[in-house]
Amino acid sequence: MPEILVLVEHTGGAVRKPTLELLTLARRLGEPSAVLLGPGADSASETLGRYGAHKVYVVDAPEVGEFLVTPAVDALTQIAERTGPAAILLPSGPDGKETAARVALRLDAGLITDAVDVTAGPDGPVTEQSAFAATYQVTAHVTRGVPVITVKPNAAAPEPAPVTPVVEKQDVTFGPDSTAVRVLSRTRRERGDRPELTEADIVVSGGRGVNGDFAVIEHVADALGAAVGASRAAVDAGWYPHSHQVGQTGTQVSPQLYVAAGISGAIQHRAGMQTSKTIVAVNKDADAPIFELADHGVVGDLFEVLPQLVAEIEHRRS
Amino acid sequence: MKIVVCVKHVPDAAADRAFTEDCTTDRASVDSLLSELDEYAVEQALRIAESGDADAEICYLTVGPDDARDALRKALAMGGDSAIHVSDDDIEGSDAFGTSLVLARAIERHGFDLVLCGMASTDGTMGVVPAMLAERLRVPAVTHLEELTVEDGAVSGRREGDGASVRVQGALPAVVSVTDRSGDARYPSFKGIMAAKKKPVETLDLADLGIDPAQVGFSGARSAVGATARRPPRTQGEIVVDDGAGGAALAAFLTAKKFI
Repeated sequence: MPEILVLVEHTGGAVRKPTLELLTLARRLGEPSAVLLGPGADSASETLGRYGAHKVYVVDAPEVGEFLVTPAVDALTQIAERTGPAAILLPSGPDGKETAARVALRLDAGLITDAVDVTAGPDGPVTEQSAFAATYQVTAHVTRGVPVITVKPNAAAPEPAPVTPVVEKQDVTFGPDSTAVRVLSRTRRERGDRPELTEADIVVSGGRGVNGDFAVIEHVADALGAAVGASRAAVDAGWYPHSHQVGQTGTQVSPQLYVAAGISGAIQHRAGMQTSKTIVAVNKDADAPIFELADHGVVGDLFEVLPQLVAEIEHRRS
Repeated sequence: MKIVVCVKHVPDAAADRAFTEDCTTDRASVDSLLSELDEYAVEQALRIAESGDADAEICYLTVGPDDARDALRKALAMGGDSAIHVSDDDIEGSDAFGTSLVLARAIERHGFDLVLCGMASTDGTMGVVPAMLAERLRVPAVTHLEELTVEDGAVSGRREGDGASVRVQGALPAVVSVTDRSGDARYPSFKGIMAAKKKPVETLDLADLGIDPAQVGFSGARSAVGATARRPPRTQGEIVVDDGAGGAALAAFLTAKKFI
């Protein structure tokens, strides 16, 4: 079985869900090996093994936390040169995409970003991506070197495939580029009890129509166990943090259910959510373009419709 | 300080964009313009020049067919000094590797202290060219900045990365990319539009940059698109007008779909 390298996204050994999705996809292509940078190997290896990582390559060097992106590039490139994998999978966030780009350049290999699916093909992995604000579906494959592929969250449901992984410490030589951009401080975003936007099965978003009062959106989100999203208009108005912005230049989400409340549905917003499986919209304006996408829409005042929805959910569950 | 701003001429993101039969972007069917996300990079370059760096010299750089000049003219109308247009038939079909190679050679030829880019183009949306440029130019990549300061030979700023807000700093020369949160881009004034017509635009081809055509275009691309298909438009579901029971109807729908 060819080896597939998977770059692990984690916080101190707590592995994030998109990594489990990458391991699940990697098993379609070969035998997954996880690359874990930073501390936390003991707890992470247990999780990684549960999702099918036969090997865990550990690089626990201070450079990984002190400098931006490039230490990961040195580590991944050198591990790839030693192991000769059939593909390298990374998460599609800003860090993952930059790491992928530089690794591909150094390995003289091809790169595909933002895959929403990866399958085995006769000439290596075949990817599927969305293009032009998700109006197109594109399939692609790498034609040179080891395919380097970044994958968006929710591309696959994580499936356990327990093995006991071999944990191997890897020494990496960090070049001058690795210490080029220093991290002065790092503030982890408070997530509270709600799921993370990119990973959530359900997202409830508010827009201009909430008029600054996101409590109504949060109530629905909590009733459904959902993440909270916001349109650019709501974020620009300062009603909700930018890290929750759904759209072309914010976070692109693809949950099982997307609830858009008080959102008109400008093209930039639709680009960030229209691959959601089920879409529900609540808006006063019957002509709002969001209704064109909705599987169920309510033309009405969200301050009346949403509290009634929450009461109904509580009633049905009691 | 020599600032090079990389800009791209892209199909209007608000229009109905399409692919051609050879799976490249259909540039004929919709109007193209300066990529909205690049305007933020132009804005930051102008703010650096205005904030007291009297020696700042801003040059815009683009790679693309003849009409890509329009993107340069728009940027020059916002401000700045000159522009470089790299155009060559062999560049058509380039991926991020080919594009970043052409940009890097043109930047080296011009000279630079700071390269500014948008976070991604609004057509390809990969967002990897700034990192590739830094790798090729062997300089720091200070990317995805929402706020930036250039002083004392270094660039520092705030980056909203994966799950964390990070303050970073790198020495010049460097490649910097900025997000749409970095500060609203200005509109060109009438005076700016008139002045832009007189600003020099240099045109270069692959030979001027010493690039072998095999390294770019379709022949240099490292991935291939197998197929492009328009996603079937979503079919509109039931839209009800709230008569006092809209929330209950929504709950019934979500129950039927097993979300409740």
